[in-house]
Amino acid sequence: MSTNPLVKPIIAENPVTFQVLGICSALAVTTSLSTSLVMSAALIFVLSLSNVTISTIRAHIPNSIRLIVQITIIASLVIIVDLVLQAYLFEISKRLSVFVGLIVTNCIVLGRAEAYAMKNSPWPSLLDGIGNAFGYAWILLLIGSVRELLAAGTLMGHEVFVLVDNGGWFTPLLLMALPPSAFFLLAVLVWIVRTIRPEQAEQEEQV
Amino acid sequence: MIDILLTSMFSENLALAYFLGMCTFLAVSRHFETAFGLGLAMVAVQTITVPINNLIFTRLLDEGALAWAGLGYLDLSFLNLIASIGVIAAIVQILEMVLDRYFPRLYRALGIFLPLITVNCAILGASLFMVERKYNFEESIVYGFGSGLGWALAICALAAMRERVDESQVPAGLRGLGIAFVLTGLMSMGFAAFSGLEFG
Repeated sequence: MSTNPLVKPIIAENPVTFQVLGICSALAVTTSLSTSLVMSAALIFVLSLSNVTISTIRAHIPNSIRLIVQITIIASLVIIVDLVLQAYLFEISKRLSVFVGLIVTNCIVLGRAEAYAMKNSPWPSLLDGIGNAFGYAWILLLIGSVRELLAAGTLMGHEVFVLVDNGGWFTPLLLMALPPSAFFLLAVLVWIVRTIRPEQAEQEEQV
Repeated sequence: MIDILLTSMFSENLALAYFLGMCTFLAVSRHFETAFGLGLAMVAVQTITVPINNLIFTRLLDEGALAWAGLGYLDLSFLNLIASIGVIAAIVQILEMVLDRYFPRLYRALGIFLPLITVNCAILGASLFMVERKYNFEESIVYGFGSGLGWALAICALAAMRERVDESQVPAGLRGLGIAFVLTGLMSMGFAAFSGLEFG
C-alpha cells in the first residue's frame, strides 16, 4: 500500500495517457532528447516539492483561496528552476523558451495538488508527486528519443544513424521535427497503452 | 500589425504549433456548442490579459522600468511569471461572475472548465511570448486577439470533426483521446501550410 502512490501513476494511471494532463509541454519540448531530459528533471523537481509543500500546509489553506495559494507555491518553484536553468544550462533554456515558465500551468502539477496533496499527508504526497512526474517523464523521453532519432538520426546530439549526406544510409524524416508528428506519436502511444489495458479505453458515448 | 494578427492566428496558432492549452483543448472539444462558448471566452480573456500583462511588464517589472520612482537599478522581470498568472486568475474570476449573472446557460455548459482557463497554458503562454518577443502595447492587443481567435478557430474545427467521428467505427483503443490526437495532428499540418505566406 505504501508504494502504491509511487507505482500507480507510472503506467496504470499515467498522467499523460490516462488522466490526459500536461499534454502541452509533453508535445512541445520533445523535438530532441536533451530538451525532454531537462524538462523532465524540472518537472520532477517542481511536482515533488509542490506536492510536499502543499500537503504540509494543507490544513492552514482556506478553501476559497486554495487555488491562488497553490499557484503561488508552484510559480515560486518554477521561478527557481527557470533561474537555475538560465544560469547553468543557458543553451537549453533558450530552446525551451517559454515552456519552463509554462510548468506553472502544467495541469499535472495543479491537478495533483488539488486531487492528492490537499487530502493526504506529506510522505504519500511526495511519493505521488515523484510517481506522476516519472510517469510524465518516461513518455517525454520516449517521444523525444523517437523524434530526434527519426528527424536527425542522432540521440543527445550523438550520431546513431549515419545520414545520407555523410555517406550513410539514413534519410531523415523531416516531418518528425515538425509539431504534427508529436500528435501522431502520442496517438500511437495512447493506442498501444489502451490496447494492452483495455479497461482504459473510452466507452462509446451514450448521448 | 496585420502581420502579427494573421501569423498568430494561423501559422503560429497557439494550439496547433505550440501545443498550448491542450488539456482544455482535448477535454472540451466533444461538442461544438461548448467548444464555441469556450472559444469565445478564450478570445475575451486573451484580448484583455495580454495587453494588461504588457503594461505591467513594461511599466513595473522590466529592467529600469521603475526609473520614474528612482528605482531604475531594479530588475524585477523574474516576477513576471507570478504577476501574469495573478492577472489571469483575476480576469477569469471576473469573467466567471459576469457569465454567471448574464449568461447562465453558457455558464452551466462550461461548468468546471472556466476555472481551468486560469491554468490554460495558452493564456499564460501568450503573455510569456509577448514578453519574449518584446511587443509594444498596440501589438500586444493585436497579438492577444489574434492568438485567442486562432485558438477558438482550432477548437471549434476539432469539435466539429469529433462530432462526426463519433458516428464512425474507430478501433477501440483509439476511440476518444487517440483519434482526437490524430485529428489535431492532421489539422496542425494544415495550419502549418500557412507558414509560407508573406503578409504585408
